[in-house]
Amino acid sequence: MGSVESYFGQLCGQQQKKEEERRLRANDRPFNLSYRYANNAIKTSKYNVFTFLPLNLFEQFRRLANSYFLFLFILQLIPQIASLSWFTTAVPLVLVLSITAVKDATDDINRHKSDKQVNNRKVSVLIDGELQSEKWMNVQVGDVIKLENNQFVTADLLLLSSSEPLNLVYVETAELDGETNLKVKQALTVTGKMGDNIEALASFTGEVRCESPNNRLDKFKGTLAVNGQTYSLDNDKVLLRGCTLRNTEWCFGLVIFGGPDTKLMQNSGKTTFKRTSVDHLMNVLVLCIFGFLASMCSVLTIGNVIWEVKEGSAFTVFLPREPGVDAPLSSFLTFWSYVIVLNTVVPISLYVSVEIIRLGNSFYIDWDRKMYYAKSDTPAQARTTTLNEELGQIKYIFSDKTGTLTQNIMAFNKCSINGKNYGELFDYSGQRMEITEKTQRVDFSWNRLADPKFIFHDHSLAETIREGNSEAQAFFRLLALCHTVMPEEKKEGELYYQAQSPDEGALVTAARNFGFVFRSRTPETITVVEMGQQVVYELLAVLDFNNVRKRMSVIVRNAEGKLTLYCKGADTIIYERLHSSCNKLMGVTTGHLNEYAGDGLRTLVLAYKHLDEHYMKEWMQRHHEASTALDGRDEKLDELYEEIEKDLLLLGATAVEDKLQDGVPQTIEQLAKADIKIWVLTGDKQETAENIGYSCNMLREEMKDIFTVSANTAEGVKEELVCARRKMCPLAAEAPTVAKARAGLFWLEKTETVHDDKVDGEYALVINGHSLAFALEKDLELELLRTACMCQTVICCRVTPLQKAQVVELVKKYKQAVTLAIGDGANDVSMIKAAHIGVGISGQEGMQAVLSSDFSFAQFRYLQRLLLVHGRWSYLRMCKFLQYFFYKNFTFTFVHFWYAFFCGFSAQTVYDEWFITMYNLVYTALPVLGMSLFDQDVNDRWSFQYPQLYSPGPLNIYFNKKLFVHCMMHSCYSSLILFFIPWAAMHDTVRDDGKDIADYQSFALLAQTCLLVVVTIQLCLDTHYWTAVNQFFVWGSLAVYFATTFTMFSNGMFLIFTSAFPFIGTARNSLNQPNVWLIILLTTLLCSLPVVAYRFTVIQLHPTVNDKVRHKLRKEALPGPAPRRPPVRRISTRRSGYAFSHVQGYGDLVTSRRFLRPRKNRPALFKQTDSPLAQNQPQHYRTITEEPEQPMCH
Amino acid sequence: MVKEENESPNRPDNTAFTQQRLPAWQPMLSAGIVIPGFVLIGLAFIGIGVALLITSRNIQVLELDYTGTEQNSPCFQCSDPDKQNCVCTLQFSINRLFEGPVFFYYGLSNYFQNYRRYGVSRDDGQLYGDLSYFKEPYDQCEPYRYDRNKRPIVPCGSVVNSLFNDTFRLFQIVNGQQKEVPLDGKGIAWWTDYNIKFRNPTVTPLRNAFNGTVKPLFWPRPAYELDTSDPANNGFINQDFLVWMRRAALPDFRKLYRRITEGDYTNGLPAGNYSLEIAYNYPVLSFNGRKMVVFSNVSWMGGKNEFLGIAYLVIGTLCVVMSVVMLIVYAKFKFPEEE
Repeated sequence: MGSVESYFGQLCGQQQKKEEERRLRANDRPFNLSYRYANNAIKTSKYNVFTFLPLNLFEQFRRLANSYFLFLFILQLIPQIASLSWFTTAVPLVLVLSITAVKDATDDINRHKSDKQVNNRKVSVLIDGELQSEKWMNVQVGDVIKLENNQFVTADLLLLSSSEPLNLVYVETAELDGETNLKVKQALTVTGKMGDNIEALASFTGEVRCESPNNRLDKFKGTLAVNGQTYSLDNDKVLLRGCTLRNTEWCFGLVIFGGPDTKLMQNSGKTTFKRTSVDHLMNVLVLCIFGFLASMCSVLTIGNVIWEVKEGSAFTVFLPREPGVDAPLSSFLTFWSYVIVLNTVVPISLYVSVEIIRLGNSFYIDWDRKMYYAKSDTPAQARTTTLNEELGQIKYIFSDKTGTLTQNIMAFNKCSINGKNYGELFDYSGQRMEITEKTQRVDFSWNRLADPKFIFHDHSLAETIREGNSEAQAFFRLLALCHTVMPEEKKEGELYYQAQSPDEGALVTAARNFGFVFRSRTPETITVVEMGQQVVYELLAVLDFNNVRKRMSVIVRNAEGKLTLYCKGADTIIYERLHSSCNKLMGVTTGHLNEYAGDGLRTLVLAYKHLDEHYMKEWMQRHHEASTALDGRDEKLDELYEEIEKDLLLLGATAVEDKLQDGVPQTIEQLAKADIKIWVLTGDKQETAENIGYSCNMLREEMKDIFTVSANTAEGVKEELVCARRKMCPLAAEAPTVAKARAGLFWLEKTETVHDDKVDGEYALVINGHSLAFALEKDLELELLRTACMCQTVICCRVTPLQKAQVVELVKKYKQAVTLAIGDGANDVSMIKAAHIGVGISGQEGMQAVLSSDFSFAQFRYLQRLLLVHGRWSYLRMCKFLQYFFYKNFTFTFVHFWYAFFCGFSAQTVYDEWFITMYNLVYTALPVLGMSLFDQDVNDRWSFQYPQLYSPGPLNIYFNKKLFVHCMMHSCYSSLILFFIPWAAMHDTVRDDGKDIADYQSFALLAQTCLLVVVTIQLCLDTHYWTAVNQFFVWGSLAVYFATTFTMFSNGMFLIFTSAFPFIGTARNSLNQPNVWLIILLTTLLCSLPVVAYRFTVIQLHPTVNDKVRHKLRKEALPGPAPRRPPVRRISTRRSGYAFSHVQGYGDLVTSRRFLRPRKNRPALFKQTDSPLAQNQPQHYRTITEEPEQPMCH
Repeated sequence: MVKEENESPNRPDNTAFTQQRLPAWQPMLSAGIVIPGFVLIGLAFIGIGVALLITSRNIQVLELDYTGTEQNSPCFQCSDPDKQNCVCTLQFSINRLFEGPVFFYYGLSNYFQNYRRYGVSRDDGQLYGDLSYFKEPYDQCEPYRYDRNKRPIVPCGSVVNSLFNDTFRLFQIVNGQQKEVPLDGKGIAWWTDYNIKFRNPTVTPLRNAFNGTVKPLFWPRPAYELDTSDPANNGFINQDFLVWMRRAALPDFRKLYRRITEGDYTNGLPAGNYSLEIAYNYPVLSFNGRKMVVFSNVSWMGGKNEFLGIAYLVIGTLCVVMSVVMLIVYAKFKFPEEE
């Protein structure tokens, strides 16, 4: 019950005082309990058995539509204005409420289950001096608990001691931030020395003062007072709930935050609720409809006043007024009566149906086999089921690079050794052959230590090596020696490399497979198995990488005592330092490099030189002095490096492929054809980003210009942007054309839309993170947007997660376009949340992006299926649904309006009350659902064949305000026909036996039958794709209508419920008349034939893409897939080397002893991430939790 | 369609439904269907229209207004609301045989039987003969629920209260002699109304059921004495009462009064002079209503109504015209075949 109290506590505006500071004492429950800190039980469920009904109803009535219908229901209970019986509103309302309640209840039961499961996990707690197994939920703040390897961390703990040396523990934080590499935490020495001494731990009475519960995962501030000494605590000493203990036998921790106070729980929930543009439009329309409803009612009220004065006052002979009700009051009552009668213009079932349709279309995404990735066994997933139709309206895609466009796998692809190119295959005629899955691979089985995952196709290289070619051997020896990779050999012969950059890993792995196996390293030595023989090199110096040097070298002494310097680096840098004897080789190698660059490969040039023992000794001396110098150390070292790295001898060049995911260039091409703009936002360096831009065809050599913005001042950035814009479009006005408008509910939102300028030719923009920071400032953002939108391709590099979100917000704000962000890493979370649609690449390491995404799948290429097929269909279906739904309800309602003029504006309904109740719920519900779940204009293959079919979506063509008005006019026409044809035909007529048929009940039956047939036929005209289900629904619903009508008007029903079914016999007596059927036929055709004629003529005069493709599809079979184009050889002088994406500082690391403690399992040294911030700065990407950094536009 | 073996459970099922490959019929508005379709529909409509129109033309209708607002009207003196039990006589002649069976209707105009509060002011429970409603009529019957002395009115409500109470006698003038035309008042209401919807309480004699209740205020006699000539035609199953209770959809309506099927008039009303004796009771002048009597015969399509025939003709013609227009559009603009 405590939780309920706290819930109401929250409702009543946080009665509990906010915690300022947390104080707790280890092993002192009475002391800690006095603060009433939350224990470790968590509760994510919302309701319990007693609170479910009131709370759930309260939640549901917060929806406008539901409360509107509740209001109507109350109106209907007032007899003076009850123009309809209470059940006409109550039945649908109760149905809707109960469906939602059942859904909420099942969700909550699942939450209860998972809460229970988590709360009942067991952990060892130190109670009364001994370890006892206790449920998680019973753990209190201040308890000391023991965790074992691979256990989940129970609560937020202060680490006390661990089994590992130096009181280290290793934790995996994947559940928390999505990073899978292990993180190291270290306990204070003062607590660490207690080890696993239970007595010491039990008597430990340290007192912690720390910050109050909050959601910052990367910060912790506090102090620990032990024996009068105070120690400061930071994030490094805290284990957070949600982490998993790894590589650590055991550890002890002191519970600081429990259950709801833990950072994990503080971070959960509170996700922003996304709504689609159709939702917004629908809200506006519903509001318009309310207004329209009010004006219709007012018109009828005025009519009533006039009638009352002219006719009603005289008619009192037969219809006396109720006492106290005069004409004005009577018309006031009439107003409300008409509100009840005409309420069907805002149908309650609209919202339910929309949800059902979205849910159905989300299931199609989950079920799609073509979006299932077998390799990682990941199906696509629609995590948010309310955004489907937005997928059909995407105008801008913001994509991450690493892990999204690329696989984050570097493959050693080609190399040039001593002027000979390896790695390409040629057929007999000398034509370049494409390498496919089936191409025969080089067999490395001769090498016991080879990495089985390494793939290479050129057999000649392996042969060259095994023949003993000294250059080739030197080439791979260099690769095996000159790097900062850490080896790990868990089992004999099973080597794992931990590389700081994946390129380096790829190169060392290549060397390993070609017989130069880097086996182990110590700070002074490197052990390499060269062609099966173990050789130990003495490592004298590592000349580390930095951004200016763009190269790294090692100086080693081999077993014979020979000194050699091995160097690898960017071609331009190395070429300057080559010995003149290499000129000829340089020329040939340059040719190869150009080819590699043309293929979008990342290249590196390798060189070496032998060193003189004497000179080396002297150099080492100076090196030592320089590295211990107090000031100017870096400059001195650089000078020394510069001195020794010269007169190098060229060995060759490597080409590493930053492997794109399958089908990325094709997908991008397809999306571009669909008029979707793709912006790449990456944390990577400019060179790498550009390189990927080229390899996935976003940047092309034939583009008119590629602008690079990389200035470091606001003025510089502005100048570069303006310059680029003028070049693209010299005639454009200086100031951007901004259209101001108002939108949203009550037109309260102000919107500004920047118009696109027309540009000839294709341009691209590459903008740097620093420049972006300036460009995103208030005064420059429009300039940035304008210039960027002129370009075909925009690449932002070295951007922070926050900037990613800002860019998305910028486009959202000024383009009023639907945006989609796709990414895989934790650094994409902000962008994924900011965009209208967030897509996460799943099946890879981190889950953070997926967890905050709306849709997830394993491969970037599925994006085209998601948008071009699922999105397009969803949008089409939703639009058709809305149009039809509004049509059928307006038509239904307008008939009442016309009838008012003939019944003294008395709020007399045209139809039977039961028909009013069942119309939306039963008779017309399934056919329209069938259409909105199954309809497709053309099938998926044609959708791919003609990506242009997507373009109506972003332009809002299938449903908008204009079409809504159009739809209203159509309804108006139909309702006129539906009322006046029966009116004229029934006037003064009688049955074929002379009896009455112009009575109210027969007229009602006739009108409602006509209506139902007309709206059904309209649905048939709207349905393009008639599956068996559609047929069943359509004809079934009509059959159900007649069956129910005859049943409800039958003798039996009247005998059982006398007053509920007064229409007894009407169906029998009027539907056996031929002229009734003639009237139905006439109204039906009169309503549908003009639609057919209109549509036919429009197709002839202004065919849309859609019409054309549909027309084409009838005539010809689908063309087969386009033949694969043979790879085109491109030559480029543009280079990208992994040297550019290297980070400095790892040279020191490998030569230091810090990470070289002999251990069974070593934590990952390096983390793979493309965020430049990841290495040095705390990240701020957890926008779920932090106060919004900027206003989010919704 | 068969799930391959060794497939991961995560892999979605390969069914036509989940993969959205359900076989479907994809109709299109092509010229080959639309234009001939319009022609065919048009021709069919013209055919139906002609048939309807001819049928309707063959129906004979004779309408006689007897409201009596005009000075020269024989019922002029009766239109004075103060006049009680006024009888007026309408003379008319028929030129040729009015083919039988002839239906005799009374018509009211500007009479809002479809007014909502009028319509709901009835108690179906009472009319079904349920005695429990006799003591406490349905509250919508107000103000015709209780009389001043708080006695329940049975049957209650506005519809009942306003029962049409003009009566007619029709005479053929044969050689200056009035020969009464027999009027058949049986079976003029719906079978379901007579047998199911309306029932007298199962109390004999019927009048006992009405103990403690009062008759509707406007009625001259209580419900169990509606038809003095035929005791079986009383209470809630009185035919005239049933006809009245089936309220009209529109403010101008006619209701079946009698059928002329008997005696010498089985084949219809022969040509000649007739006089209609009207017991003028029902006040309509206060709300500008009009009263009339209508003689009509019927066909397979019911009573005379030319609208339907004309509408079919017009729309049929429009369809044909439309098909020509569409043909021109199609021939002239024709779908651009190229991409």
